[in-house]
Amino acid sequence: MRFFEDIEVGQRRELGSFTFTADLIKKFAAQFDPQRFHLDEEEGRKSLFGGLAASGWHVGSVCMKLLVADGQRQAAEAAARGERLAIWGPSPGFRELRWIKPVLAGDTISYASEVETLRSSDSRPEWGILQARNTGTNQRGELAFSVLATAFVPRRNAHS
Amino acid sequence: MTLSFEDFSPGHFGSFGPRRVAREEMLAFAAEFDPQPMHLDEEAAKRSMLKGLSGSGWHLCSIMMRMMFDGYLGRTASLGSPGVNELRWLAPLRPNDDLTLDIDVVEARVSRSRPETGIVTFKAVARNAAGQALCEMVSPILVQRRAGVTAEQAG
Repeated sequence: MRFFEDIEVGQRRELGSFTFTADLIKKFAAQFDPQRFHLDEEEGRKSLFGGLAASGWHVGSVCMKLLVADGQRQAAEAAARGERLAIWGPSPGFRELRWIKPVLAGDTISYASEVETLRSSDSRPEWGILQARNTGTNQRGELAFSVLATAFVPRRNAHS
Repeated sequence: MTLSFEDFSPGHFGSFGPRRVAREEMLAFAAEFDPQPMHLDEEAAKRSMLKGLSGSGWHLCSIMMRMMFDGYLGRTASLGSPGVNELRWLAPLRPNDDLTLDIDVVEARVSRSRPETGIVTFKAVARNAAGQALCEMVSPILVQRRAGVTAEQAG
């Protein structure tokens, strides 16, 4: 992970992709969102989604999964260069989450994250606050998911 | 009876729960979707801003979804949701928290593009047993109107 000072507005990271199989869609839905169109192919076809559709919370949770994996890759690269690791803080929330297109069984979603704003934290001088637009695009190139997420990012000289 | 658009009017709709979030469940979700040390490792969590092991915010959201389903969405003529206007994680979810969910209807209006459908905007607040708000979200859900209502208006 990078420090606040190393990040610029407009920086974009491709986070990788994830295929939502029918089994994974149903497993998540059975636990957290057992609406009929997330559990059954026929019910999905009859719904506005037009097929077995992943819960929107599943689509968002996978975005988190790939963000963390990308952060771990960056941390490994930084460690290989002998640099100090930046451990990111928690997120205070998000805005403008949009489930734009249904994610149907078999769809592969490619996620990306682009920095939109950076500011210092008034109450926590050792932290900066980042807003990033995280998106998911399906295999047809259609934007399916978008969210403007906020996170606390450590400053490089916070502890020196 | 299935709830339709007409069953939702602005104001407090209901309180749901409690729902216990077991430590093992918290760790399992974090391992699969959000494997940050603050969600998985006691020692790393102590050093984090949240000062102790906490659940993934996406786990908390997903549990809120399930509480909404069990509380009323499971018997609502819901057509899905276009998104979440705003969500705030206010305090950490801790192992073995007992969650309650308060639901308010912020707005209920008929869809302009699909007059047989209503758009109900909910505000959901999840609290722990001490009453501390952990998460607050505002999200619209598409809900079918009661059969016959659109036909009457059209006629």
